[in-house]
Amino acid sequence: MKASVIVFPASNCDRDVAVALEAVSGKAPAMIWHGDKDVPDCDLIVLPGGFSYGDYLRSGALAAHSPVMRSVIERANAGVPVLGICNGFQVLAESGLLPGVLMRNAGLKFICKDVHLKVERNDTLFASAYKKGSTIKVPVAHHDGNFFADEDTLKMIEDENRVAFRYCNEKGQVSDASNINGSRNNIAGVYDKTGKILGMMPHPERMIAPELGGVEGLPLFRSILDRLH
Amino acid sequence: MKARIHVTLKQGVLDPQGKAISHTLEALGFDGVEKVRQGKFIEIELTETDEKKAGEQVEQMCKKLLANMVIENYDYKLVS
Repeated sequence: MKASVIVFPASNCDRDVAVALEAVSGKAPAMIWHGDKDVPDCDLIVLPGGFSYGDYLRSGALAAHSPVMRSVIERANAGVPVLGICNGFQVLAESGLLPGVLMRNAGLKFICKDVHLKVERNDTLFASAYKKGSTIKVPVAHHDGNFFADEDTLKMIEDENRVAFRYCNEKGQVSDASNINGSRNNIAGVYDKTGKILGMMPHPERMIAPELGGVEGLPLFRSILDRLH
Repeated sequence: MKARIHVTLKQGVLDPQGKAISHTLEALGFDGVEKVRQGKFIEIELTETDEKKAGEQVEQMCKKLLANMVIENYDYKLVS
């Protein structure tokens, strides 16, 4: 599997996700600087977590128009899978590759903790190694993770079965109490129409070894490898 | 020519920051604060001198970058 990880100024999970990709595939991804005009030919593009351009204006808004993003959008439109984690999700939403927008957390606080997610689908290349409807524990670390879409867009997302993960409790119950940041319909991750682009606020790359607190993020990377191998 | 741009949240979009400001204004003893909405003010100096052309330029800037049309509205004034 040839993967490319895009590195923006202030990305800080780029190396974590590179470690996760190498752990499952045995091959280190190419690290692509935001100022590069071309993403090399690859099987997967990852937009990592952290920050980008100080997240001025809105989180991900300036990065969405960086030189490298034109190439990312071109390759995504040509069918190359794209995974955006945390800030990467914000960039994908701002670039229009995914619907909605990530707003300031409803409680206004930066949230950094392990949360539970319900796996809504396992028929995609990102989630085939999970059981549908299962509950996984992965960390979040964000200030702007409050997923918002207007009524029509939200209806489209639900009707087209495009929710990847929802915030839930440890028993898998999705409720207001388990909605950590005010996201509409508890949405923690969302797919594009094709299921080949995934944006998610939680960090699967930080849950890939017992030493990190668990391995429940690993199946996401295994799923990708299984499909792209 | 200068463009003075306001970017505000659309009606119906929750504004927790506005709410927090409202609570603090109340705590400071300001009565009669019914609702607070927080937005952004952006000032851009343009080389364009034709008002119509400048307006078109600013429209594009707002739509492409300055406002996220999913949640925000914009309006602007041109000042020479």
